[in-house]
Amino acid sequence: MLLQQLLNGLTLGSIYALIALGYTMVYGILEFINFAHGEVYMLGAYFAIIALGILTQWGVNTWTMAPLLVIVFAMVFAAAWGGTVERIAYRPLRAAPRLSPLISALGVSIFLQNLVMLTQGARDQVFRRELLFPHSFNTGGLALPGCQVSYIQITIIATSLLLMLGLTLFINRTRLGRAMRAVAQDQRMARLCGINIDAIIRLTFVLGSALAAAAGVLVAMHYGLVNFHIGYVAGLKAFIAAVVGGIGSVPGAMLGGLLLGMAESFGAGYLSCEYKDVYAFVILIAVLLIRPQGIMGDKSQ
Amino acid sequence: MRTALKPLAWPLWLGILLWPLAGPVTSAAAAAALLGLVLARRLLPWKAAASGFQAARLPAIAGRWRAAAWAALACLLLALPLALNRYFLDVAITAGIYIALALGLNIIVGLAGLLVLGYIAFYAAGAYSYALLSTHLHLNFFLALPLGAGLALLFGLALGVPTLRLRGDYLAIVTLGFGEIVRIVLNNWDSVTGGPNGIMSIAKPSLAGLALGRPAHLYYIVLALCLLTALLIHRLNGSRLGRALVAMREDEAAARACGVDTVRLKLLAFMVSAAVAGTMGAVFAAKMGFVSPESFTFWESVMVLCMVVLGGMASIPGVILGAAALIVLPEAFRQLQVYRMLIFGASMAAMMIFRPQGLWPSKRRRMEMEEGG
Repeated sequence: MLLQQLLNGLTLGSIYALIALGYTMVYGILEFINFAHGEVYMLGAYFAIIALGILTQWGVNTWTMAPLLVIVFAMVFAAAWGGTVERIAYRPLRAAPRLSPLISALGVSIFLQNLVMLTQGARDQVFRRELLFPHSFNTGGLALPGCQVSYIQITIIATSLLLMLGLTLFINRTRLGRAMRAVAQDQRMARLCGINIDAIIRLTFVLGSALAAAAGVLVAMHYGLVNFHIGYVAGLKAFIAAVVGGIGSVPGAMLGGLLLGMAESFGAGYLSCEYKDVYAFVILIAVLLIRPQGIMGDKSQ
Repeated sequence: MRTALKPLAWPLWLGILLWPLAGPVTSAAAAAALLGLVLARRLLPWKAAASGFQAARLPAIAGRWRAAAWAALACLLLALPLALNRYFLDVAITAGIYIALALGLNIIVGLAGLLVLGYIAFYAAGAYSYALLSTHLHLNFFLALPLGAGLALLFGLALGVPTLRLRGDYLAIVTLGFGEIVRIVLNNWDSVTGGPNGIMSIAKPSLAGLALGRPAHLYYIVLALCLLTALLIHRLNGSRLGRALVAMREDEAAARACGVDTVRLKLLAFMVSAAVAGTMGAVFAAKMGFVSPESFTFWESVMVLCMVVLGGMASIPGVILGAAALIVLPEAFRQLQVYRMLIFGASMAAMMIFRPQGLWPSKRRRMEMEEGG
């Protein structure tokens, strides 16, 4: 039971962590909560269903490469949406009072939800993973002592870890990653050093959106059902994860996501399932009261 | 060559983005429509129109006519129930409730500059307190009204005390969480709140044996409460307290250095604002006759916030205009119902870009904008 909850928490937590990375990167640079980020995650889940539809039409859905194609398709399109939203709705507001981009983001969030509802329908959409994976993969799993791990859960955890590792390497080891860190530290100084601020900010949005879309694809694979309003709650919890971990800190967002997933899984398992959405907020309020900068946050933030 | 292709870039991009979601036909149509707009923009004096919209101002009415205008408005508001059918009267009552709510939120967001995203929780507190008092104790509406306001006020205090140190986005998220917690508790505490089914058959208002449950009666009750709230905020605006709030909004440290007790002020703003929401919550419960958690979602909080921002923060006529517009316009465009929220979301973003000061900005803010711009 304990181990099983731990594993469920890890699965859920790695999803939250992937979304939280987008919040934390954007906040680190622009100090602004991208309320539409949850919708990008939702878009990712929908793009996965659409990609699967296309692959099935072409008859190539049973290829070994097919899952990779699905996830790449979703990440590319969601990243394009994320970058476009930044260009249209946030860039003109960079010098505006802090409330303005926030309201604009809420507007974008409403817009995207309704766009998906209008074009894809208001009912639950099914991600038919039996079209993508062989039967033994969908239903099977590893029986560890004390718990049962499905292959899908392993896929989720492994993919998230891989993506997070990739992001960490990108930020710490590449020129662009260094430029991102410089912009987060001091925008004016970075500009004086010849960094194209607009391009870096767009890159941040694109990367964050791609990660959120990957989370959306994984969730669609896990639960099989997708709806146009899944972005709201998941986005909220991921933001809380980012705050708990210390907003602006990339490892903090990963840690916060895992922590939140664990809390939810254990809370639902041992306390009460009906209140599972409350635990995140209780943790948030506790963290803000005790350590407002978050677990791995910088004191100056 | 590049300049000739430039107008094609955005439409093409839109088509690509929409294609997986909407299919080839719709996305091509949307791209063509955008191309039309882009080309039209070259022919039409778009820049002038945009800057006109940014600077547009309602004509000032001279002194003598001002009194006449007020009198005409008062007559119109009083006579409205005679002219409207049941449906439009219902819309008017809803608009009135939201006007008062927006005015209440304006105290926290507009005057004190604290972004609160869980405002609807106070509204819910008022609504549920009247629902419970009426169904269990058969308490009269007019006695329950101050009790609902009082409970909401306590909620305001409960939210205000732990969040005193927070500012900006953190406050927004914590208040959002507070609103969600209240809604989830309402949804799950079956023995008291009736869970997702809510509480039904709530009594209509009555006074000394006189039933006041007809829409027209409710309209006058709401009108009176709106006027009361507007008056309260008008008086607050010009008072020492209101100026202290604005000073705190502009620079908290400087305000404190000038001797403003920011702790007391913040709590006061929270409490007054929550009490207004609680009162209107009780009115809402009485109007609907039933309450359920569904009426108190996060989007309601966002809606009220949008009314404040679209109308013009800290401006009483602006907030009233914003609230009335957001309730009445969707009703007027019923035939566009499916696209309503789509347009609503897009115009929220557009409003922030083209006219961030709101439709009818407060005098103070208008001067700031002109100075800055």
